[in-house]
Amino acid sequence: MTQTRDPHTVNSQIPVGLWVPAVAALGLILLPVIGLIVRAPWPRFVELVTSESARAALELSLRTAAISTLLCVVLGGPLAVVLARGSLPGLRLLRSVVLLPLVLPPVVGGLALLYLLGISGFAGYALDVAFGVRLPFTTTAVVLAQTFVAMPFLVVALEGALRTAGQRYEAVAASLGAPPWTVFRRITVPLVLPGLGSGMVLSFARCLGEFGATIAFAGSLQGVTRTLPLEVYLQREVDVDGAIALSLVLVIVAILVIAVARPRSVEGVG
Amino acid sequence: MSMNRLLLVVFTAGLVLAGCSSGQQASPPTPVKVPVTVLAAASLTSVFTQLKPQFEAANPTADLRFSFGGSSDLATQIVNGAPADVFASANEAQMQVVAKAGKVAGAPQPFATNVLTIVTPPGNPKGINTFENLSKPGIAVVVCAPQVPCGAATVKIEQQTGIKLNPVSEEPDVLSVLSKVEAKVADAGLVYVTDAKGAAGKVEQINFPEAKDAVNVYPIAAISGSKQPQLAAAFVQFILSPAAQQQLAAAGFGPPA
Repeated sequence: MTQTRDPHTVNSQIPVGLWVPAVAALGLILLPVIGLIVRAPWPRFVELVTSESARAALELSLRTAAISTLLCVVLGGPLAVVLARGSLPGLRLLRSVVLLPLVLPPVVGGLALLYLLGISGFAGYALDVAFGVRLPFTTTAVVLAQTFVAMPFLVVALEGALRTAGQRYEAVAASLGAPPWTVFRRITVPLVLPGLGSGMVLSFARCLGEFGATIAFAGSLQGVTRTLPLEVYLQREVDVDGAIALSLVLVIVAILVIAVARPRSVEGVG
Repeated sequence: MSMNRLLLVVFTAGLVLAGCSSGQQASPPTPVKVPVTVLAAASLTSVFTQLKPQFEAANPTADLRFSFGGSSDLATQIVNGAPADVFASANEAQMQVVAKAGKVAGAPQPFATNVLTIVTPPGNPKGINTFENLSKPGIAVVVCAPQVPCGAATVKIEQQTGIKLNPVSEEPDVLSVLSKVEAKVADAGLVYVTDAKGAAGKVEQINFPEAKDAVNVYPIAAISGSKQPQLAAAFVQFILSPAAQQQLAAAGFGPPA
């Protein structure tokens, strides 16, 4: 067969040796999910996932994950710009510090928040004395815990996009007399939108699955702090079927989020 | 998240299995030590660990291995074929789960009891002295969720006394309750006597008479299909022996009914 082939396709043929580990990697991710689907109590599925406690948990999870993702953008976005474009001494160290929540076991992160913002922590004490605000056991605490664990995903994705985009267009705009804020709004932000999108998807997904920091810092009360992962963890004590059904809801939500955002953002990064 | 957990379990199980088999190959021919795996409720961690040398001295062929965890997790593991010789559960319901799956050899034996107690931060700043005090407005109480044994016991006491608590959080296990009280974000918590003893110094323990309305019974049983049925039975007998019972009592456990 003679075919005119795109030279790029020829050059980027994948070595055969990579296929085996690649398939193994995919299997490791996919097979447990398939196991979950096979084991799922389908006849009772609707009944299990529409129980009062399940609906409360799903609603709380979606609400807190959305707010947390927004917080990640509002706080983590500027941080990514500083890390990618700034020229401060010690920036490299700062970059590693941002990754801490990825490395820390989430429960430890939650305990850290508890000992900072609880009544025995200095920030928690100050909040209580100054404003009468107590964060533990509130929905705000859930949002804080999620933002803490999800922030690195947003920052790393956005920082990568900023570096890839480079500074040429920004330099041109500035040379034409555009003030820094205009350059940022008109040049930088549109350039990194795909990166921002993928960062948001990753952050949202991480928030949705967050367990350890939430239980350690916010506690677990239906409708207030008991998110879907906490409900799954509790449900498995009495009804493994219920826990599996709820886990599948998490999987479905995650797939939906990725499917909706993927064509525009995740692939757009490359 | 749950996927991570699942994978972790698979990997850990693999590592444990690998460890077992290589251990057997490496051990010298005499005396042959055989592993005896005991799956025990997390609340038994310190007592069982203390009792280990005593049992191994009396049974030189036994290489006692513990896996501590939530009783429901352990029951799920046994039902799904985890290698186990003995199961010591923190409640009768989870032992029933294992028995119904046909995994129990002989009848489960009650070997200890545990009751709830109130814990507060050191100095008891809110002056809580009775179970009823917990229902006062402005007291941040943390309890276990009704789905887990300590939470079921809490609900039972609420029903018996007619005192309704209004907790700020229903935690999935006792240690989560304890940690909130230790961090002083909760004014009081309900945990087992043995947990309060274990955290002595970090929390204050306030016993209340109504706790006897909800006594938690700990059963122990040898697991059917064990490769070491004699040693498994010997461990069950050992836990029921006066020497082990004395240690359990010292840790705060009550005698079996």
